[in-house]
Amino acid sequence: MHVPDGFINAPTSAVTGVVAAGAIAVSLRGARRELDDRTAPLAGLVAAFIFAVQMLNFPVAAGTSGHLLGGALAAILVGPCTGVLCVSVVLLMQGILFADGGLTALGVNITDMAIVTTVVAYAVFRGLVKVLPRGRRSITVASFVAAVLSVPAAAVAFTLIYWIGGTTDVSIGKVATAMIGVHVLIGIGEAVITALTVGAVVAVRPDLVHGARDLRQKLRLRVHGELVDAPAAEETPAGARTPVAARASRRTLWVTGLVTSLVLAGFVSFYASANPDGLEKVAADKGIDKKAEEHASADSPLADYGVKDVTNARLSGGLAGVIGVGTTVVAGSAVFWAVRRRRTGDDVSPTAVENV
Amino acid sequence: MGAGHAHRLYRHGHSPVHGLPPHTKLAAVFAFVVVVVSTPREAMWAFGLYAVLLAFVARHARVPAGFLLKRLLIEVPFVAFAVLMPFVAEGEQVDVLGLSLSVNGLWGAWNVLAKGTLGVAASVLLASTTELRELLLGLQRLRLPPLLVQIASFMIRYGDVIADEMRRMRIARESRGFEARGVRHWGVLAKSAGALFIRSYERGERVHLAMISRGYAGSMPVIDEVTASRAQWSYALTLPFVALLVCVLGWSL
Repeated sequence: MHVPDGFINAPTSAVTGVVAAGAIAVSLRGARRELDDRTAPLAGLVAAFIFAVQMLNFPVAAGTSGHLLGGALAAILVGPCTGVLCVSVVLLMQGILFADGGLTALGVNITDMAIVTTVVAYAVFRGLVKVLPRGRRSITVASFVAAVLSVPAAAVAFTLIYWIGGTTDVSIGKVATAMIGVHVLIGIGEAVITALTVGAVVAVRPDLVHGARDLRQKLRLRVHGELVDAPAAEETPAGARTPVAARASRRTLWVTGLVTSLVLAGFVSFYASANPDGLEKVAADKGIDKKAEEHASADSPLADYGVKDVTNARLSGGLAGVIGVGTTVVAGSAVFWAVRRRRTGDDVSPTAVENV
Repeated sequence: MGAGHAHRLYRHGHSPVHGLPPHTKLAAVFAFVVVVVSTPREAMWAFGLYAVLLAFVARHARVPAGFLLKRLLIEVPFVAFAVLMPFVAEGEQVDVLGLSLSVNGLWGAWNVLAKGTLGVAASVLLASTTELRELLLGLQRLRLPPLLVQIASFMIRYGDVIADEMRRMRIARESRGFEARGVRHWGVLAKSAGALFIRSYERGERVHLAMISRGYAGSMPVIDEVTASRAQWSYALTLPFVALLVCVLGWSL
């Protein structure tokens, strides 16, 4: 499913690139929260695991075989943020080293295969784990359903991206039927493998499964014949180790970041909503001679973009929305990052020495 | 570890292209691919010129044509897809050898084939003239977040270790008479995958402890900082600039 160069036009590739960069920035922060300074080695090793497990062939029948895509598995085993990072790094390395998937299509590939699969899988998984009765079996069931949905979700995302910026004239209906049809089948295989793998890990090291971490039983000791709760374990989660003051300042930083991005979103959406008036006029002009011109300019990056989405106001709005959200996420997290770095400059947290 | 520390796609050499700082090469390849993707598909000659440019670079880097062509095989799945396209696309039809093909589909197939192949060829050239460590340094120089570069470098360093562990598991399975033939055997394979995950994760924890005990505090020391002079930049960026000229010509003609 690696998209090569030239499959999606330049503007759409750029927008998905921005979306992917924003999502990676967010997950870098999230992963650091999940794993602290263990992020680099652990996420790196999990990425290597995903890379290796993609080479493990599962025979289907009559000589054909499939392999795991790994998005859902990563999300369930190590959490959504680390999962997005791992799959993105795998895709980045595949693009640069193995020429698998185009460099300009990196944004499309990451959005589609790293972000959509991971986020959908994790959301479905968490939802189901909350609803189903506690226990190992429901973890397996939830991971099956999460994986079964995540692969067609990626196919739908790809179809959407293709609809906005595909360079060929295959009708959207055909693409959707082919992509989603094939990926429902792939999804079933993926789901069976994911569920079996998660089941195997839960059976041996349930503490390693991020999605099942609240299933952990509290340690209880038998003292004089009756069970008592053990005193709080010395192993505390990363968040609790930081002093209260730091936590409070982090909360104000979250609020600042959120407000900044909201303000930015307001401005961007203002400009975005101011645009269609001008664009609609162009659309009316262009719409008339669209038939005649389509051939010559079908592939040009900007013409295609203009004609295609402007005839459909909803689409152009949506695209502007995506650009807006992407820019907002990037700008917001940049501000966030800058402020955070200055704050942590005076205490000796590991992140502060990062750029020395 | 006896196999050397270079990745399989790297081709050792001392050509001027090998000697360029990695971030200039990365920037040049990325700019080149962007230019190629934004060229109109009707300008067929432009893609020919791009191919000539890449061939020139390959010759300069002393990468043999056979090596390059063999690496291009990675895009075979998409060639199959492109071949299918003229049959499923809509629009006006044209008869070629008794088959009714869509004109748009033909253009689309050409577009994907030409741009995809050029993109793959450019990345293959980059990978075969740049060492792994250099590539990662280059990414860091290009302002990729340091944490992401660290994750990528751990993935690359331990990729072979993990893949080897998987190979040993396969040998262990096979030496006990196991042969995966169908869906019924997925359970065993999935247990292997689960065990592989646990081993990878635990190895990650050990690696982290080893790093901590050697004074790791969130960042890796860069001891081989790369810098590029103006001459090196302009040398590396010649490729995308010439390509840009071709692209502009392609639009104006």
